[in-house]
Amino acid sequence: MANSQDLELAATTKKYGGTVAVDSINHKFAAGTYSCLLGPSGCGKSSTLRMIAGHESVSDGDIVLGGTNITDLPPAKRGTAMMFQNYALFPHLSVVDNVSFSQKMRGINKTKRSEKALKLLELVDMGDYADRLPSQLSGGQQQRVALARALITEPSVLLLDEPLSALDPFLRIKMRLELKKLQRELGISFIHVTHSQDEALALADDIIVMNNGRIEQAGNPQSVFNTPTTEFVARFIGGHNVLQRDGTLVALRADRLQVLKAAPSEDNHLTASVVDVEYLGSTVNLALDAGSAGDLTASLSDQAFFLDPIEIGATVSLAWKPEDAHQIAA
Amino acid sequence: MTDQSHLFIQSNAISTDQKKSKRTFHWGRLPDNTTGWLLSLPLAFVLFFFLVLPIAMIVVVSFWGATEFSIYPAFQFENYEFLLTSPVTYQVFWNTIKYALVTWVLTLGIGFTVAYFLAFHVRSLTWQVVLFLLCTIPFWTSNIIRMISWIPFLGRNGIANSTLISMGVIDEPLEWLLFSDFSVILAFVHLYTLFMVVPIFNTMMRIDKSLIEAASDNGASGFQTLTNVIIPLTKPGIMIGSIFVITLVMGDFITVRFMSGSQKANVGRLISNDISLLQYPSAAATAVILLITVLLVISVLLRFVDIRKEL
Repeated sequence: MANSQDLELAATTKKYGGTVAVDSINHKFAAGTYSCLLGPSGCGKSSTLRMIAGHESVSDGDIVLGGTNITDLPPAKRGTAMMFQNYALFPHLSVVDNVSFSQKMRGINKTKRSEKALKLLELVDMGDYADRLPSQLSGGQQQRVALARALITEPSVLLLDEPLSALDPFLRIKMRLELKKLQRELGISFIHVTHSQDEALALADDIIVMNNGRIEQAGNPQSVFNTPTTEFVARFIGGHNVLQRDGTLVALRADRLQVLKAAPSEDNHLTASVVDVEYLGSTVNLALDAGSAGDLTASLSDQAFFLDPIEIGATVSLAWKPEDAHQIAA
Repeated sequence: MTDQSHLFIQSNAISTDQKKSKRTFHWGRLPDNTTGWLLSLPLAFVLFFFLVLPIAMIVVVSFWGATEFSIYPAFQFENYEFLLTSPVTYQVFWNTIKYALVTWVLTLGIGFTVAYFLAFHVRSLTWQVVLFLLCTIPFWTSNIIRMISWIPFLGRNGIANSTLISMGVIDEPLEWLLFSDFSVILAFVHLYTLFMVVPIFNTMMRIDKSLIEAASDNGASGFQTLTNVIIPLTKPGIMIGSIFVITLVMGDFITVRFMSGSQKANVGRLISNDISLLQYPSAAATAVILLITVLLVISVLLRFVDIRKEL
């Protein structure tokens, strides 16, 4: 199944009447990688995915998969498969019939297609549930079936539309690990749409942050998290403070901010009052009011915090190493 | 922090204790079972007086005897004997079933198509509602008027015939347009298609649109999506519509009378004739047989589909 190919978007555009949902984006999804399209709702990430899947017509530009222009091909002829947000399992068909649906459409006989479907169900640990109806399964189990149904078409790119959003938090983390493991084992590309930065950071080899129908920043998780290039990315990816320094904007990770009770000698510092203290287990977040510099967040390790606790209302000094402040575009 | 949470748990425990004691000392509360029975009483009364009792009456009267001028209580099988040995009965029942079957096929075909168009091809909800209301406009006038308005259209010198003649399609008026099986079935289809459209449309609207996309993602053609996804998921609606249409057509008498110019008969007309001759026991016996026939047809239909999902 490891016939993965590069997928390339070339000036791909989606217009709905007068509004532009996806504005001429270019990106290359390398073969065999796990990519996450990350952004707030309405940023065009789902439209992008649906265009790749062929469920949305492309207004302008091209989509190329492994040298073939698939822009106008029907969904099943593209070499992509989609896993829908609510899984879209056929409620009247048993699990095994759901998985073998695409085989049935191609006219493959029943014993052959059931055999193949069972193989895929084994792959996602659902072999024992072959005769159940979707309504008799839990959310996580339905998702596995949906995965098996998408994978039976032997796609070179699997498209996942917010696959984890319908699950409860514990299951979400479990399924996250399984998705990543499955992708590694199959060696095909996964393109995963999400609005959760945690999910994107945990899963992706390649994160594409989108906003207003454009790609704000793309790159591996470390580079996106450590060196956001725009204010939007810095704010959306979380864990960052955006500061106005000497007429330019800088992004500064919340855990790189040093909170001092006495003013330091360096000039890189601010004075702020502590508005709130949030205990998060391994870290403690301080909500700070730095006057003209705005509201900031400092993230301290619990050890450091409880060694020398800071009260709400206290006035503190904030310092940072110059190399931790990254200049960003507005 | 820990102290606080401890306090919180304690206060919580106290409040549940209070609730419990309140419940044991509350006298005015009836057991859940009794409340349930009481709540079902009004509907049970309605059903008993307006459904069970009339049917029981019909069954009882169907065993009574009748002369030309009177009916008298009895327990005899004469009515049934006469009914079940007469070849006319079988002819009329066959005719009724034929009307029901043909009307069912036609209303199903038209109803499904209309509902499919409304549910899957009309994109905006506003237009769906507008077009749906448009379908119901004929229902703003009475059945009889809608029926009778076909007569000048289909008549020997009616609009249909004169148009066809002036277009040169036919040379002389078509006789079978009016007062025939054709006109009866045409009126049935006209009157009852909406009863097919509504439940089918309703079921179709509940089909998740992403299922259609999932089908196309799995390589299904439009027709394969229709037969493998939409029709199976629409079955409950189709069944409900079928029950409506079949019971309406099988119980009808006025449409057959008007549209056939009293030249055709169905069971409803048999009953209405008996009643006009004051032969109530015979009418009741026919009604009982008709009821059994309809129930049989419906029970056969229900074997195929579980409509409880829909209710």
